[in-house]
Formats: sequence, C-alpha cells, structure tokens
Amino acid sequence: MNKTREPLFHIVKRGEMPWYFGWSVRAVSIVLALACCGLITVLVTSENPIKIFSTIIDGSFGSSRKFMVLLQNTAMLLCIALALTPAFKMRFWNIGGEGQALAGALASAACMILMKDQPNLVVIPCMVVTSILAGALWGAVPAFFKARFGTNETLFTLMMNYVATQIVAYFSVVWENPKGSGNIGVINPLSKVGWFPEIFGSKYALNIIIVALVTVAMYIYLNYSKHGYEISVVGESERTARYIGIKVEKVIIRTMLISGAVCGLAGLLLVGGTNHTLNADIVAGRGFTAVMVSWLGKFNPVWMIFTSVLLVFLERGAGEIATDFGLNASFGDILTGVILFFIIGGEFFINYKLSLTKAAKKEGK
Amino acid sequence: MLEAILSFIPRAIAQGVPLLYGATGEIITQKSGNMNLGIPGVMYVGGICGVIGAFLYEQSLPSPEAINPVLAVLIPTLFSLIGSLLMGLLFCFLTVTLRANQNVTGLAMTTFGVGFGNFFGGSLVKLSGADMPFLALSATSNCFKKTLPFADKLGVFGDLVLGYSFLVYLAIAIALIAAFVINRTRTGLHLRAVGENPGTADSAGINVNRYKYFATCLGCMIAGLGGLYYVMDYASGIWANNAFGDRGWLAIALVIFTIWRPNVGVLASFLFGGLYILHMYIPSGMNLAVKELYKMLPYVVTIVVLIISSLRNQRDKQPPQSLGLPYFREDR
Repeated sequence: MNKTREPLFHIVKRGEMPWYFGWSVRAVSIVLALACCGLITVLVTSENPIKIFSTIIDGSFGSSRKFMVLLQNTAMLLCIALALTPAFKMRFWNIGGEGQALAGALASAACMILMKDQPNLVVIPCMVVTSILAGALWGAVPAFFKARFGTNETLFTLMMNYVATQIVAYFSVVWENPKGSGNIGVINPLSKVGWFPEIFGSKYALNIIIVALVTVAMYIYLNYSKHGYEISVVGESERTARYIGIKVEKVIIRTMLISGAVCGLAGLLLVGGTNHTLNADIVAGRGFTAVMVSWLGKFNPVWMIFTSVLLVFLERGAGEIATDFGLNASFGDILTGVILFFIIGGEFFINYKLSLTKAAKKEGK
Repeated sequence: MLEAILSFIPRAIAQGVPLLYGATGEIITQKSGNMNLGIPGVMYVGGICGVIGAFLYEQSLPSPEAINPVLAVLIPTLFSLIGSLLMGLLFCFLTVTLRANQNVTGLAMTTFGVGFGNFFGGSLVKLSGADMPFLALSATSNCFKKTLPFADKLGVFGDLVLGYSFLVYLAIAIALIAAFVINRTRTGLHLRAVGENPGTADSAGINVNRYKYFATCLGCMIAGLGGLYYVMDYASGIWANNAFGDRGWLAIALVIFTIWRPNVGVLASFLFGGLYILHMYIPSGMNLAVKELYKMLPYVVTIVVLIISSLRNQRDKQPPQSLGLPYFREDR
C-alpha cells in the first residue's frame, strides 16, 4: 500500500455548456435553498410547510398593493445592480452603490427643500441633473485614484458609503422638520414640489418604467457599443487593452462616472418618486444586495431582472412569514442569507464538475 | 480639562477593543489573500452566540447568586468561538473549496450574520418575558467585567492602565502575538507567501488551501470575540438589536489604516475608538448636526491613509498582492 492519500474526487473545469444547463443548476440550488429555508421555518414556527410557502407567495402576490411594492423594490434593486454592472465587467469592484445612491438622494432632496417655492418645471430638471452629477462624482473619486495610483477600489468605495451616510445624517439634522425630531419627514407635503407625477394612478409606475428603459439602455451599452467593448477588454486583461491602444485610465474613470450616475438616478427615484423624504437608511442596503444581483446575473442585464425579482420576492415572502407567525423581521435576512449561500455554492457546479479519481473507482470495484 | 481627558481615554479604549478584535482577525484573514467582507456579520454572530450561551447558563441556575464566575465566562466564550468558527468555515467552504467570489460571499455573510444576531436577540428578549426591547444578562456581565482588585487604589495609573477587564488585555495580547507570528515566524512567512502569490507558495510546497482555511477561521474566531466583548463588557450584558451598529465595517477600515499590521492596530484602534466618541466631547453647543460629521472622521482618515499608501507605493506598505483573488492550481 502506498501511503500518499489520493483524493476521491478531482475537479475538472467544464467546457462550453448549453445556456439552459447553468439555469437548471441554478434552479436546483434555489429549490434546495427553499427546502432548507422551509425546514428552518418549520423548526422555528412548527407550522405546516405548505402554509409557509403559501405565505411566501402571499407576501408578493397577496394584493395588488403588495404586487406593486414587489415591482417597485425590484426596480430599485435592479437599477443599482445595473449601475454596478459596467464597473464589475471591468473588474472594478464598486461596492459603493449605497453611497452613490445616497449622494443622488441627498442632491434631489436638497433641490426639493431649497427650491420649495419654485414651480415643478424648474425643480424636477434640477433634481435630475444634480442627483446624477452627485452620484457620478461619488463614483468618480475612487475611480480617479484607482486609475492614477492603483488605490484599492473595493476598500475605497466601501469607505465612501459611510462618508455619504454621515453627510446625509448631518443634513437630516440640519433640515429636520419638525424641529428637534432629527428627521426630515415628508418634504413639501402640501405643495408637492419636486414630487414626480403619478401615472396610471400609482406613484410606483413611473419608477418602474424608467428602470425598464435603463435596463434596455444598459444592455445595448454593454453589448453593442464601443464603450461596452472597451469595458470588457479592460476587464479581461488590462495589458491587452493597453496593447491595442485603449486608454485604461480613461475607461476606468468614464465607466465609474456612468456607474455612479445610474446609482444617483436610483437615489433620485427613491426621493422624488416614492419616499419624498431623506434619511440615512433610504437605500436600505440595496447597494450591497445589488452586488449579489449583478454577480448572480452574470453581469447580463436581462438575467439580472430575474435575479432581482427572485431576491425581492424571497425578501418580501420572508417578511410576510415574520409578521404572520410573530417572528421578528430579521428572520427575512436569515432566509435571504441561506438562499444566497446556496446560489453562490451552486455556481461551482456550473463551472466545474467532480469526477471520481482512479483510486475511488478501484474502491468501487 | 484633565478630568475630561482622564474620562475620555478609558472610554476610547473601551470603544476601540471590539474594533481591535475585528481588525486583528481580518488582518490574519487578509494576509492569506482572503478578503472577508463578512466580518460585520461574524462579529454579530460572535456576540449573539455568547449571549445565547450566557442566557442558557443563567436560566439553568436556581438563583443569580449561585453563578460560578469561571463557568459564566467560559460558556459564553466557547459559544461565541464556535459560532464564529462556523461562519469562518462557511466562508472558506464557499470561497476556497467551491471557489465562489469572495466579495459576494462576504456580503451575503454580513446579511446573514446581522439577521441571525437580530433574530435570536429579538427571540431571546421575547423568551425572557421582559417588557423592554432588550435582554439584560447582568450577572454574566459582572463576571466578564471583573478587574484587578487593586486597580482602583493606584490612582490615575490604575484607572488608565490596569482598570480594564481581561478581554481588553486579551485583545492586546492577541494583536501582539499575531504581529509576531506574521512577521517573525516561518508560519507567518508561509501565510504571507500565500496571500502575496499563492502560485509561488504552492510550488514551494505550501498547502495553500490549508493556510487559507486556517487563517480565515482563526480570523473569524478572533473577530467574534469582538462581538462578545461588546455585549458582555461594553454594553454590560445588554443585547439590543442593531446596537452593535457599523463597528464591523470600522474594523475593516482599521485594517487599511494600520496597513495590515496588528501591532499598530493596538494604538490605532484606541485612536479610532476616540474618533468614534469624539463627538460627545467636542462642545458643539446646540448644533447637533455637527456631531454627525465628527462620526465621519474614522472613515475619512482611512481613505486618506489608503490614498497615501498607494501614492508612496512602498512595497512593504501595500495590501497583500492577491487579496480578494481566488486561487486554483489548474487555472494557471
């Protein structure tokens, strides 16, 4: 007997697989994840599992209001995920979506508060321009240092989130209403200056339409434009990009300007379209969830629609379970975490396959 | 003025200790090339597992006076270590064995960990039948907060240097030992090699995956102690949901601020702790808003350090070269 232990499996990279293979693996991991979540919920609540799953579905489709909230939350999450995607394709880990969206939200709230006596025709264009500029600026600062000095962008963008949070907290106190509350409250509740118009009788409809347009635009930008091509080349290999004459520094800064600008747009939609207020928690962690949406969707805007719907659907369902069975709301975070772990783990089986080694085959005989 | 400084320093240190644990753990992890953005979640898990341990122990006692100080410290500590170890194993399994993206896995772990902490925290509050939205484990906390009996008799020196509980000294000791091991031993050399260039390390016969697993799990356990310290000592055994706040991210900021050196982390964490509570000491009059801007300081300082270290471009003051990058032998 030789003593060197041979592993039972060895890992082989898969070649080209048909597109449905990946999606069936993902479907299996989601089913497993749901089974696992169901098990946890049954253990915690001792309810019957069918009731639990019907509650999850009820969370998103139980009423037309719940369905609109599902669409709205999906749209916001998707918007930030779309914003991050060009950066990720370039291998620039922008995890500062939270801060960039907050910067946009702050700018549009500032317009609403400071120009409260102006007509909407003036205020809304101002909001659009300033919030997009603010987001772009927040994204471009780390990009500038990355391009010029190679500063680590993951850590830089992460820190920028908290700088933005504190600036928003500062203005929440400066503009507090009523005095002493530390909150801004609903801005211009009577005059509705800076509120986006409701269409189809819903304040969510405009946001959803805008994000749908952004999705199409981003798809075209990434796949059919010269910029999109340059982004992919820089992402694949910076040296190749330099060799074929792409100015890498310029591409990094330009892409982050776009990334930040779309995040700023998300902030604008949150303030002007739905919440009509500003607080440090307005983006609600979407900047981080969006990282996962974008990555799980393989940086493809169309697939990202599915991943963001899925995540929001599960989040709403878990929230519904929490309220229906008297659990606290953080239960949803646990379930979301478990589902993400399964999907993340499942990616391995899309890219690699395990095959039995000779040693294992011999044992089998 | 002097009195203000004397009261400021111990409070800054108390604020700094959770950050020190988190940062030391994350430095060890990052030295192996793993960027674990799940540290905030791990610290929550470490804290809540300690709370669960303490809760179970206190419930099993006939009366709070019957508490055995050794067990009261050991049980929560053990629970906390196991909880954070499991988080570390999860991270390693996903990123090292299943080769998943580290940033995505880390962020998912933060979501999970914070939710885990708040869920069990909230449920324990319900179980304990308290009217208030928090859980108080003061008997256990008193055991954690034991200081040297003669510390308060030694005047200023006693207050500033000796007047802390054992977890504070443990944090400093761990940081110094970590600095020694990373920079002065063969194990540390191998660890750094794995983080700088795993391909080279692999060809030199170092087991890359084993180092990554070991460093990340150890790092998570150390970071989990930070959560434990926060609940049991700093917050006097009171668990309230979300009270831990963004300290986990601040710990990651501290890693950069110290340029990946745990021994510098000791003083830097106290500095960060000071910056964190500075807004309570600066007379800003009635202007509460400015205080929010002071809370920004630790992050701004970190960004400045990050920029300066990349500007100066000295080779010993850089992040580990393959930080955040996965390593597969077959991909070369």
